[in-house]
Amino acid sequence: MSEEQTFIDALNRRMAARDAAEPTWVAARRQAASARFEAVGFPTRRDEAWKYTDTRSIARGTFVQADNAEFSPAAAAALTLPLDAIRLTFVDGVFSAALSDLDALPAGATVETLSQALESNHEAVGAVLGRLAGVDFSPFAALNTAFAEEGAIIRLAPGTVVETPILLQFLSREGDQPTMCHPRVLIEAGARSEATVIEHYVGETDAKNFTNVITEVLLDRGAIVQHYKLQEAPVGDMHIASVHVDQGRDSRFTSFNLNLGGALVRNDIVADLNAEGAETQYFGLFFAQGRQHVDNHTLVNHNAPRTYSQESYKGILDDRARGVFNGKVIVKRDSQQIEAYQNNANLLLSDRAEIDTKPELEIYADDVKCSHGATTGQLDEEAIYALRTRGIDEQTARGLLTLAFAGEVMEQVKHDAIAQRVELAVAGKLPERFNLAGLVEAAVALGEEG
Amino acid sequence: MASQEMEQLVRREYTQGFVTDIESDTVPPGLDESTIAFISGKKGEPEWMLEWRLDAYHQWLKMTPPSWAHLDYPPIDYQAISYYSAPKKPEDRPQSLDEVDPKLLETYEKLGIPLHERAALAGVAVDAVFDSVSVTTTFKDKLAEAGVIFCSISEAIRDYPELIKQYLGSVVPKADNYFAALNSAVFTDGSFVFVPEGVTCPMELSTYFRINAANTGQFERTLIICEKQAQVSYLEGCTAPMRDENQLHAAVVELVALEDAYIKYSTVQNWYPGDEDGKGGIYNFVTKRGDCRGDRSRISWTQVETGSAITWKYPSCVLRGKDSIGEFYSVAVTNGRQQADTGTKMIHIGEGTRSYIVSKGIAAGRSDQSYRGLVKIGPRAKGARNFTQCDSLLIGDRCGAHTFPYQEIGNATSTLEHEATTSKIGEDQLFYCQTRGISEEDAVSMIVNGFCKDVFQELPMEFAVEAEALLNVTLEGAVG
Repeated sequence: MSEEQTFIDALNRRMAARDAAEPTWVAARRQAASARFEAVGFPTRRDEAWKYTDTRSIARGTFVQADNAEFSPAAAAALTLPLDAIRLTFVDGVFSAALSDLDALPAGATVETLSQALESNHEAVGAVLGRLAGVDFSPFAALNTAFAEEGAIIRLAPGTVVETPILLQFLSREGDQPTMCHPRVLIEAGARSEATVIEHYVGETDAKNFTNVITEVLLDRGAIVQHYKLQEAPVGDMHIASVHVDQGRDSRFTSFNLNLGGALVRNDIVADLNAEGAETQYFGLFFAQGRQHVDNHTLVNHNAPRTYSQESYKGILDDRARGVFNGKVIVKRDSQQIEAYQNNANLLLSDRAEIDTKPELEIYADDVKCSHGATTGQLDEEAIYALRTRGIDEQTARGLLTLAFAGEVMEQVKHDAIAQRVELAVAGKLPERFNLAGLVEAAVALGEEG
Repeated sequence: MASQEMEQLVRREYTQGFVTDIESDTVPPGLDESTIAFISGKKGEPEWMLEWRLDAYHQWLKMTPPSWAHLDYPPIDYQAISYYSAPKKPEDRPQSLDEVDPKLLETYEKLGIPLHERAALAGVAVDAVFDSVSVTTTFKDKLAEAGVIFCSISEAIRDYPELIKQYLGSVVPKADNYFAALNSAVFTDGSFVFVPEGVTCPMELSTYFRINAANTGQFERTLIICEKQAQVSYLEGCTAPMRDENQLHAAVVELVALEDAYIKYSTVQNWYPGDEDGKGGIYNFVTKRGDCRGDRSRISWTQVETGSAITWKYPSCVLRGKDSIGEFYSVAVTNGRQQADTGTKMIHIGEGTRSYIVSKGIAAGRSDQSYRGLVKIGPRAKGARNFTQCDSLLIGDRCGAHTFPYQEIGNATSTLEHEATTSKIGEDQLFYCQTRGISEEDAVSMIVNGFCKDVFQELPMEFAVEAEALLNVTLEGAVG
């Protein structure tokens, strides 16, 4: 039996076992997505988009779908981000009402789970869901569409400003059998609305689950959305994600793609700047060690004149980890007066680590200012020397500079809880040869001096 | 600039388009084993060479043309191409310029490259490849004195079989890619250079070749070997007459540099780019690769690409020797409906290897241009270093400029820097020049030449002059 067939059979069993009938369009979409997935199959290294990423560990896995959301509240509290938030929690993809809290939600904003939204008004969901992420985007998008059962639907009425961040927590559990989940997130930001949405992936240490998530974000005129993705999944987890963004006039979208966990991680971020004045910013940080594999593919489509994009991705790779960065900017014909800047910097800490980076520009208009830069290397020996002349030992100096390297992305993060969490995680991940205690002392000393 | 004036300049026809009527000894179109046997027989090749070609042909049959390039052209009918064409009486090669067919000399005159003048004044030995067969080779004696072998590849197969057996296909294997396999099966001529240990080639070596007989593809094969501490600078320049059918050109160039050797390979390519609808231009699918086999060896590619309808070309360096250096300097100009997918590959294998890439792309009219590059640092290439700069200049709003740089880095002691920019000529730059009484056209020319300066500096003197002139001719009128 082919690897694809295992998944298709699981889907068919799932659909047959359903108690209540789904809306016809939902069932029809599942069938179509399943057919698409069967036709294309899992990607192989021969597909340009998957040249450096081997997904056989997913294809060959056998995953079950969780049927409950049991999770110890104490354990959840230890994992959660310490910030005031409108909180939705999913455990192995299943919604946990006990770990969720929507009290701070202001008027004009609705946050529902996908299943709730389908129950209350499935036509309204069907009209938007999948508009940006079609089944032909990737085999995993097809797989998600075939399996998707749960997720978050966020709607902001025009002019609504949600001050409190909306936190979507995805917890991964240890268990006898690995699970898979295919969450959907939909954010519809009305004209001039504002919100911060955080997707946080975290879980129990020995979990080995497969998460395959799709997020769609629609920004109407003047809307401002900050999208954080903090991926701290257990190091055995497989994580495939794509974020699809549609931007209206003068809208502003900011993406923070922070990846620390997972065995196999692939992120796709696609923003379509469809009207004048739309602006996109991508910030990314990945730190991989052991045998972790992190692949980030970003794409900005400048479909309209006077649209702007800026991108900065930083990668740190240690041990036998492998990182992939593919950033693409496309300027369509007649999209004049574009500014697009892209930068990718990577730090290799081990001779067995590998980075494959490809910053691409595809430009069909002439009145543009586009640039990209990519650097890969080691810490600056002169900077290390400078720190050593101030009495900081070499290991500590290296640690400090590594943190500073990540800091250039982290200083853009607006929420302290996220910034601290990532900085601590980065410091904690630094190889043992770095003197951690010395690091803190040195930081304090430098702070006092300065 | 007045749009009328611009129109005129854009419409300006290819000044080097003309056909010299020399009777050709051409085989009927089509490719099978007998065609290859014909070519091999015509060249008087030994049996092993025919075997080599047939092996390449059999491998080619199993391959499919690459489709990953950012190029759009109809499928090529390989059976509609004639694979051999030579000027008549190849056995009566002229011994001096006086014996050269006056029509050929006339052709060079029209090109503005007076061969005798060039050869005599500039001290350049010319192995003129005219429709696949070398018709004249000069300064052979002087080279022979230094111990340098410079001859056509056919002669080399006959006279230096041991060197050919050792090196041919050792850098670009027979089945390296679709076009290289085709070339290996049917190559008709090209140059062979061998510089022995410790010798610095006393003059710059140069081959001018052009495609002439209608319907013939040009399959050049060039092999340059520099032994320990040897040095050579090789110039390749091409122009082609105007033609109505697409012509296929699939050349292979192999360079081998042993310890402390230095090979500098410069190209000015000005083949017919097609008419304003993109019809009739040359298809140029070239495999160029240099192998820095010895420690501290250095290979430098410099190219100015202004012609061809389709360019598919990635001069590469395999940096095997410790501390070896690979360089790539390129200016690519596309106008009209030209399409170019070009760049380089730097494969770092040895410790302390370094590579430099400077690529300047200028796209005008309705052309499309891509820089596609790979820098690969292997796990054993400790302390490897790469610097890449690729800039694109867009002239007009119907053209496209793209960058696809691949970087694969497999150790922690290497440093890579890559920068790319895309922009147009700034209004303020033009305005500044115009306030100083410089016409818009001259200003554009100055700015474009300045944009390309880093690359032109790398060209040998005569080429630099020619390149600047070519650039101006190609771009004149495309600006406004």
